[in-house]
Amino acid sequence: MIDRSGPPLVELRNIRVAFGGVHAVDDVTVDLYPGEVVGLVGGNGAGKTTLIRTLSGAHPADSGQILIGGEPCTISHPRDAKALGVETIYQTLALADNIDAPGNVFLGRELTTRFGNLDDSAMEDATRKLMGRLNPKFQNFVVPVASLSGGQRQSVAIARAVHFNARILIMDEPTAALGPAETRQVGDLIRQLRQEGLGIFLISHDIHDVFDLSDRISVMLQGKLVGTVNKTDVTTDEVLAMIILGKLPGEVTQKDLAELH
Amino acid sequence: MAETKVSAAEREPESAPEREERPPRSFRETLRAAEIDARLVGLLGALAIIWIVFHIITPNHTFLTPRNLWNLSVQTAVVAIMATGMVLIIVTRNIDLSVGAVMAAVGMAMAVVQHDWLPEWIGFDHPLTWVIAIAVGLALGAAIGAFQGSIVAYVGVPSFIVTLGGFLVWRGVAWWMASGQTIAPMDTLFRKLGGGSTGTVGGTWSWILAVGACVGIVLLQFTRRRQRGRYGFRLRPMWAEIAIAVIVCGALLVLVGFLNRYYLPPALAAQAGKAGQNISLGLAYPVLIAIGVGIVMTFIATRRRFGRFVYGIGGNPEAAELAGIKTKRTIVKTFTLMGLLVGLAAAVQIARLNAAVSSLGTGMELNVIAAAVIGGTSLSGGIGTIVGALLGALVMQSLVSGMVLMGVEAPLQDIVVGIVLVFAVALDTIVRRRAAR
Repeated sequence: MIDRSGPPLVELRNIRVAFGGVHAVDDVTVDLYPGEVVGLVGGNGAGKTTLIRTLSGAHPADSGQILIGGEPCTISHPRDAKALGVETIYQTLALADNIDAPGNVFLGRELTTRFGNLDDSAMEDATRKLMGRLNPKFQNFVVPVASLSGGQRQSVAIARAVHFNARILIMDEPTAALGPAETRQVGDLIRQLRQEGLGIFLISHDIHDVFDLSDRISVMLQGKLVGTVNKTDVTTDEVLAMIILGKLPGEVTQKDLAELH
Repeated sequence: MAETKVSAAEREPESAPEREERPPRSFRETLRAAEIDARLVGLLGALAIIWIVFHIITPNHTFLTPRNLWNLSVQTAVVAIMATGMVLIIVTRNIDLSVGAVMAAVGMAMAVVQHDWLPEWIGFDHPLTWVIAIAVGLALGAAIGAFQGSIVAYVGVPSFIVTLGGFLVWRGVAWWMASGQTIAPMDTLFRKLGGGSTGTVGGTWSWILAVGACVGIVLLQFTRRRQRGRYGFRLRPMWAEIAIAVIVCGALLVLVGFLNRYYLPPALAAQAGKAGQNISLGLAYPVLIAIGVGIVMTFIATRRRFGRFVYGIGGNPEAAELAGIKTKRTIVKTFTLMGLLVGLAAAVQIARLNAAVSSLGTGMELNVIAAAVIGGTSLSGGIGTIVGALLGALVMQSLVSGMVLMGVEAPLQDIVVGIVLVFAVALDTIVRRRAAR
């Protein structure tokens, strides 16, 4: 179902990021194929977000290589990532609270008229169509996003990421602020986007979410990659052991599993 | 995509909340239905109260006279021009404390150019003198702004510190340019920029401009309606559209008619060979410049990508960076624009005084910041409008003007303006906190 014959859509190779001597990400290699969802899991401070920020351009890696479609490339700014078709939904959402939803969706990529003026109507129209697909209940198009609920703000952030025909989508805790119904919606969206051939990195605390949606799961612990497993080959307990103990499925003993519970 | 369009159109009727269907009940609801900024109405209300109260309590009721309002308009212009630039600076969470000192340095430079240099090269009172002098002033102002902005954006020194340094440096530079001497007089044509009895467009042109502005306002409403209509968006109710046009245009015409009743003093009229006639001075050039700056700056702030970047940075600097906005370059541009406007304001100021002194614009940075803040600009960034700043400048100058008419001493004037500043921001903070609840 996933075509792994060609080069991976993304390959992060031997990535290292240090903050003042602390290795937040230490020699991590992960990859992602078209039409695939790779779940990235680990406890707090495991380095998931830092790793992914090197791909989105928010924080360049100290060393290592990023290959997109097999080609090495330099991503030193979010602009570079966007130009390569990498869109990111940040955990903080990264919305300008004082600006309305269309303004946020198109922030930095505004539609303009032929005189170079902002085309607010066209941006609102595009946002309405987008929301019709993502979250049909969303109707607040002219108020600053500060006055929206957590779920609605999340919708705005997701709309921004999917509008620009991304090839690679990074979702950092996309359901953290959402209720059950909205979480299901995001799940449906992820399946739909995967069907369309996008590659998705999904970061989450929620192991069940990850099990539900991912094809492969990469586990990080203290800045290092514990390992990458096919979802169909493992149980949730085995993944939990990877997250907490840093042990691969083969290395886990019955005693370890007992301690987890 | 086609099917989502249909569903969006179908959703439209049920999505419109019920309260918009019935006629609005309260004043607040009326404003909301008409899509009018309540804060702006509040400012206009405050201004009206100040004007009426001063008119009642001044001896001989001299506040609401053509003469006083005309003077008020000219006195407001300089601060108003700079306040529009300060809004963008403050919206990006920065501050510019150097505008008074930069005004002195740039004003001095313009005076030196037209008083000392140009007469030697192209002759005294050459018709191009004023153009060259202004060009020098604008270029110099923009260069100083760009320089300070670059230190803020690229070196990362807080704007408070950079412009505090500028506050000292440029005042000193202004002094050095003429060793502290006063430079006067200014070029004859240049002087028109300052208003005064020759620096006005006259009664007829004032009417033409006012009518033109009314036509412009209606055209703008019409284009906006047509554009939103094309996408099938909810339109502002027709009654609101008409009410806005009538109120705004009516107020404009009444104001211009009132100001046009300020006539040339009889002695000057006699000099002009029209003894015994009432000759309207009409709108002064500084006022027209300030209004023009207000329109252009509003356009930049709301209709251009640069303006959107400015508000984006103010709302969430990190988000703006992650969205791919060149935030540093945008910051430099806001300071450059500020410098340009300081250059323009300096030209008006030395033209008004018909002289340049190194103490030009002393303390004016605080008036400019106060005007922006009274006009609703938030020092925590992201919020503020150009129109608000213009009205803020007018409110401040109205207070000063009224107190001068009443013979209030200068120290007491400062006390009152200081209290009003804090009171205005306190009120705004409380209202905003309530709205957020």
